[in-house]
Amino acid sequence: MQKAESIKQKVMPSGDTFASSCNACKQCTPLGACIAFKGLEGVLPMLHGSQGCATYIRRYLISHFREPVDIASSNFSEETTIFGGNKNFNTGIDNIITQYHPRVIAIASTCLSETIGEDVQRLIFEYQKTHNAMPDLPVMIFASTPSYQGTHSEGFHEAVFAAVKTLAESSGPVGDHINLFSNMISPEDIRHLKEIVEDFSIPVVLFPDYSDTLDNTSWDSYRRIPDGGTTVDELKKSAQAYASVELGYILNSGGMNGRIKDNGTKQSAGEFLKGKFDVPLVRTGLPIGILESDKFFEALSSISGKEIPMKYQRQRGRLVDLYIDGHKYVSDKRAVIYGEEDLVVALAAFAAEIGIKPVLCASGGESGKLAGTLREVLGSNYYEDMVVGQGMSFERMEEVMQELKPDLMIGNSKGYYIARKMDIPIVRTGFPIHDRLGAQHAHVLGYEGTMILFEQIVNTLLDDKQRKSPIGYKYM
Amino acid sequence: MQKRFRLSGLALCEKEQRVRIKTFFLRLHISVPLRGFRGNKRGKVLQNNKVMAEYLEGRENQIVTKGVDSHELVGGKPSVAGSVSQRACVFCGSRVVLYPIADALHLVHGPIGCASYTWDIRGALSSGPELHRSSFSTDLREKNIVFGGQDKLYQALHELIDKHHPKAAFVYSTCIVGVIGDDVQSVCKRVQKEKNIPVIAVMAEGFQGSKKDGYKIACDALFSLIGTDESMEVSPLSINILGDFNLAGELWMLEEYYKKMGIQILAPITGDGRVKKVQNAHRAALNVVQCSGSMIHLAKLMKEKYGIPFIKVSYFGIEDMSDALYEVAKFFKDDSVMDKARELVKDQLTTLIPALEPYKRALQGKKAAIYVGGAFKAISLVKALRLIGMKTVIAGTQTGNTEDYRLLKTICDDGCIMVDDSNPVELSEFVKQTGADLFIGGVKERPIAYKLGIGFCDHNHERKLALAGYDGMLNFAKEVYETVTSPVWQFVSRTKNKE
Repeated sequence: MQKAESIKQKVMPSGDTFASSCNACKQCTPLGACIAFKGLEGVLPMLHGSQGCATYIRRYLISHFREPVDIASSNFSEETTIFGGNKNFNTGIDNIITQYHPRVIAIASTCLSETIGEDVQRLIFEYQKTHNAMPDLPVMIFASTPSYQGTHSEGFHEAVFAAVKTLAESSGPVGDHINLFSNMISPEDIRHLKEIVEDFSIPVVLFPDYSDTLDNTSWDSYRRIPDGGTTVDELKKSAQAYASVELGYILNSGGMNGRIKDNGTKQSAGEFLKGKFDVPLVRTGLPIGILESDKFFEALSSISGKEIPMKYQRQRGRLVDLYIDGHKYVSDKRAVIYGEEDLVVALAAFAAEIGIKPVLCASGGESGKLAGTLREVLGSNYYEDMVVGQGMSFERMEEVMQELKPDLMIGNSKGYYIARKMDIPIVRTGFPIHDRLGAQHAHVLGYEGTMILFEQIVNTLLDDKQRKSPIGYKYM
Repeated sequence: MQKRFRLSGLALCEKEQRVRIKTFFLRLHISVPLRGFRGNKRGKVLQNNKVMAEYLEGRENQIVTKGVDSHELVGGKPSVAGSVSQRACVFCGSRVVLYPIADALHLVHGPIGCASYTWDIRGALSSGPELHRSSFSTDLREKNIVFGGQDKLYQALHELIDKHHPKAAFVYSTCIVGVIGDDVQSVCKRVQKEKNIPVIAVMAEGFQGSKKDGYKIACDALFSLIGTDESMEVSPLSINILGDFNLAGELWMLEEYYKKMGIQILAPITGDGRVKKVQNAHRAALNVVQCSGSMIHLAKLMKEKYGIPFIKVSYFGIEDMSDALYEVAKFFKDDSVMDKARELVKDQLTTLIPALEPYKRALQGKKAAIYVGGAFKAISLVKALRLIGMKTVIAGTQTGNTEDYRLLKTICDDGCIMVDDSNPVELSEFVKQTGADLFIGGVKERPIAYKLGIGFCDHNHERKLALAGYDGMLNFAKEVYETVTSPVWQFVSRTKNKE
């Protein structure tokens, strides 16, 4: 009892008494916004703030996606900070247009520009007004992302919302297409989702689609703006969609670390379209594991009025078969799951359905909804002794793990140092993965992705066992 | 012809050793093959003009083609708004310089991003404590921005010092802290008194300028530590190493070399750094400065206040490494030190030169593009590349100044494009234009190289193998060879502008 109490104390985000964090399990909001913006066709993102923000974020994203990630910056100087960023904004946009000829310029604010009170919407309005004669004037989108508000996950969803809000317009009857807001997933998983929806013969606007822009082929010549992405026209017609499917239960709905003025009023892209254009909204989690994937496939089936294609029924069958083949290796194992909140929920649901105990579910995010969502989604599979941590840093995670004695970590590569210290295996998934090749091809969604993830988990456990065994078995 | 001369030079140095080694290398400096490039000069000019139209307005002085343009390459200018600069901010400059001090607490006062992106950002190996490898932040929230973060900072410092017992604390002030006006300095002073360890405010608000300004602020922070302790034993033959950050164990190589010469490294600043060593640094006889961009300011301050002379060196490439050892030996005016230095260089070269030969044969005539942090690194790279038969066709830096560039220009071949504070658009154009086979840069340049289908060598954060010293030269040659001659390039259809 005492032990449970002490663990709880470590996990509780201590609100006002919290003074510092060590080894954060999150990045700042503009980073998330940049990933989402890269899902637009012909886009160049710009950060309105000082130079470092863009450079750091580029470096961070390049190390994960291993693709060129061009993000411009309005490069605030001390003078700009005092007198305002008007001039830098205009010069910045001018220079981006000259160098990149983008179709869209997607602007995210930073803590600096937000705090000095930059009115970016007005800056955009004025620029457009004074340049309305310019041919091919890029579309401009703005997401408000001060880094003291939320995490990269909130930034991502804020940018998705901002793009849809800016572009969606109702100009005709309801179409036969759906919107799919696919959350922060790998380029490979985006491709897989598109394949699934196509197999249902449903026309789809998937956003943000960075499956090409952040995972491109080798080029004959350098492209300033890589091909691919959701087009402006597609987003325009998102208002006429037959339905929206949104993956993730939490998205940007959190309040604990949100902006005080936004409390309770934050909308996701799907909620916005439902509120303003009456587009029906279906929300399921990230489809990882059989139960959560079932929800997604059933949703598509009921939207399209079609049976789940045989291809996926077969995949599901093979996955069940694989679960049976591997269940003994994972049964009763104690896992620590961490990352963005929606990912944690999906991974925990998957872990629980294969007999892994999610002893610690941790996120740097602070929606205040993680514990409730986990209980709801996991239902009868919920593991009663599960410790749920929001606003967690890796340091606090490590302290909790020392007491929980887990067998396995599932999450991004930043947790590697704890796995190394505690000599437990780690399965890398999510964002970021900086110490392995192929983060852009990580495939965990749907029955097919789950199969890969399940094998990865089993093989990681087997590898660990084999490595630590004095015998060296040839069959495991 | 050129090649044969070089080989005979090698034979000579193996047999006769001594100072000749140096003259040999001096000759090597200037005996550069200039052929090949000139023939195409007119074409280049035309092409340049075509590309010129696409440069950002206001950047004309920051790009020079040697032997074509007559104007000087200007460095140190702020980046143009809207550019995708490869530069980072003031905070980053301070952070990377102070980061390797392993027994100090490094607390970033600001929202989470700044700390998160610099967590374990590069090697900076330590032979002892590893407190620097944790990323501490006050993780400011909206409430703190509105009501101030000073109390939080105070509390955080107390908690962290109690928990980790650092020998000193550096508090980095970020953009937002500068704007909301937290009095970081007074908090630091107060905690310093209460906790009895140096607590230093590093006022590194990102918007103040570029990364280079951050270096200066870090130097000032170090300077405030220097001279506050006298307890270490100091040999009369002692030096401080300024500007090596021990990214992959380079400092330990240097330590071995200098030890063989009978010289004590009193304070490594800041690679494998310790607070106490920094505090004692004022008692060394000489400051040996590498990476002059980041550390020359500190060397000047120390000369002014403590009368410690300094020399500028580079540890990269055979000639610069050897020069570094000779210069130090010369300074101490001690024959035995010089003899030992020669002995060491001879020993190293006897094994290194033959080991380099196969790489040189394979790489002869290949072209390299360089885009790195500082100009000194670029200069060393040009020379090192030449040693393995490669020609530098692009030489650029993020933070070089006009003076550095004058020096760089004397070393580069005609036709080499020199560029200050470049961006992906320009760099990719230059690579296409020159038909480079290799790009040397940091993580942000890697995808440019790979997308263009050419080899890449990381010279910054993600490097895990030392490039300094003699072993480093071999590592470098090996890495360049591995990437440039990889068979994977056969699958890339390059529209390269071959000469």
